[in-house]
Amino acid sequence: MSTTTTTTGTTTAPVPTGALNASRTAATAARVLRQLRHDPRTIAMMILIPCVMLFLLRYVFDGSPRTFDNIGASLLGIFPLITMFLVTSIATLRERTSGTLERLLAMPLGKGDLIAGYALAFGTLAIIQSALATALAVWFLGLDVTGSPWLLLLVALLDALLGTALGLFVSAFAASEFQAVQFMPAVIFPQLLLCGLFTPRDNMHPALETISDVLPMSYAVDGMNEVLKHTDMTANFVRDILIVAGCALLVLGLGAATLRRRTA
Amino acid sequence: MMNYSPDPPADPPASLTPAVRAEGVTVVRGPRTVLRGLDFTVPRGQITGLLGPSGCGKSTLMRSIVGTQAKVTGTLAVLGSPAGHPTLRTRIGYVTQAPSVYNDLTVRQNLDYFTAILAPALSASDRRHEIDRVLTDVDLTSHADALAGNLSGGQRSRVSLAVALLGTPELLVLDEPTVGLDPVLRRDLWTLFHSIAADRGATLLISSHVMDEAERCHRLLLMRKGEILADDTPDALRTRTGAETVEAAFLHLVDEAATAAHEKETTR
Repeated sequence: MSTTTTTTGTTTAPVPTGALNASRTAATAARVLRQLRHDPRTIAMMILIPCVMLFLLRYVFDGSPRTFDNIGASLLGIFPLITMFLVTSIATLRERTSGTLERLLAMPLGKGDLIAGYALAFGTLAIIQSALATALAVWFLGLDVTGSPWLLLLVALLDALLGTALGLFVSAFAASEFQAVQFMPAVIFPQLLLCGLFTPRDNMHPALETISDVLPMSYAVDGMNEVLKHTDMTANFVRDILIVAGCALLVLGLGAATLRRRTA
Repeated sequence: MMNYSPDPPADPPASLTPAVRAEGVTVVRGPRTVLRGLDFTVPRGQITGLLGPSGCGKSTLMRSIVGTQAKVTGTLAVLGSPAGHPTLRTRIGYVTQAPSVYNDLTVRQNLDYFTAILAPALSASDRRHEIDRVLTDVDLTSHADALAGNLSGGQRSRVSLAVALLGTPELLVLDEPTVGLDPVLRRDLWTLFHSIAADRGATLLISSHVMDEAERCHRLLLMRKGEILADDTPDALRTRTGAETVEAAFLHLVDEAATAAHEKETTR
């Protein structure tokens, strides 16, 4: 960046470390999962809390199963986003503050390897979390899904990736764990209020509806509801998952830009 | 010391280029100028001690050499390439002051991950040998399966050192590697540093604010307030200043610099 370090010494061709390296990415993903394995309580909470919430919700709306269908399906998309956001933002913040990030970036690790490694590890967890929550909702709590539960799982996975991407990005702006946790109400709550979970988006004030049009969680929830109501993949559904995936990639790219090999 | 014409006809042999060559290296951090136009060279195959009080810029200089410091101006060549060049990433081992390892992984898992990053092509058995070798080097074989977070501070900093020893780097940059260690362990580590320099021909740049460690280095860079006060062998420093120890020599040089600055002030 603003470095003007020059030299009269030899210059050799740079070793390609920018492109993705499969084994470094896999090693990073394995390392992240190993770290989590030493923390079984976190794993248990990540996997059980969405199930417990769905269970609760089912009996909160005991008298109106239609409401449970709507809210339950939306939540199946929201849980992975929130969990992965929290886990990733804290994990990357730790990596930044413990000096391991500086060490890794002084080594031949590409930024893409690191980010893809995190996405792979947390994506795996998200699949387990979503599979359990979806199975519980569909088969035991009577969530009435018209479309294929596999599509629900696909949306959930993309939401998890979006959460990972957002968490990675905001961790660059947090100097402490306290700040990182505060990003959750700052980044997630507005989306939660505007995504159509509480009231359909077209019932909102036009200004809010416009804002909700540019927030990715709106499409995550909309995608879930498309699966809920239609037997096949609708054009809206395809649009929704493309937007969520596109947002995830965009934010991952922004997150990569916050990883600096040289820091002040 | 070793100066080359700006456009050498061929690259000088690796054994002749100094490990580090700095000309006018300056680093500004926020409002503060941390390093003020440093000129020095670090010769290959030797242990160079970087000594000076806390806050004098030792860590910033080390980060500049490793290539993690932003806003470095001047010329800084490391192993013949500009500092921070991608090819240097496998050739330099770097240990930060605070141990940078994953506390929620075992010692072996830490080393396993960093080996996978440094040498992804290494076979599983070669990787294990490599890890066993560095564990023996830092005397942590018996703690290989302990969580890094459960180790003592001194043990954790040795894990951090072990990571830097992976892959036999040509240049080891160690920021206060012996701080907080007991005398026996410190002696053992210095024996290790000397054998790394002698047997592998590696260059070591080791910072410390404990002056008695200076006697164990081949060369010394004495720093104060972002400037290099002296660049010499311990013997030459003591002879030049007529002091008994490097510590006394350092104090002598500080006083000398202060007097010189004062005279400059009054004659103006």
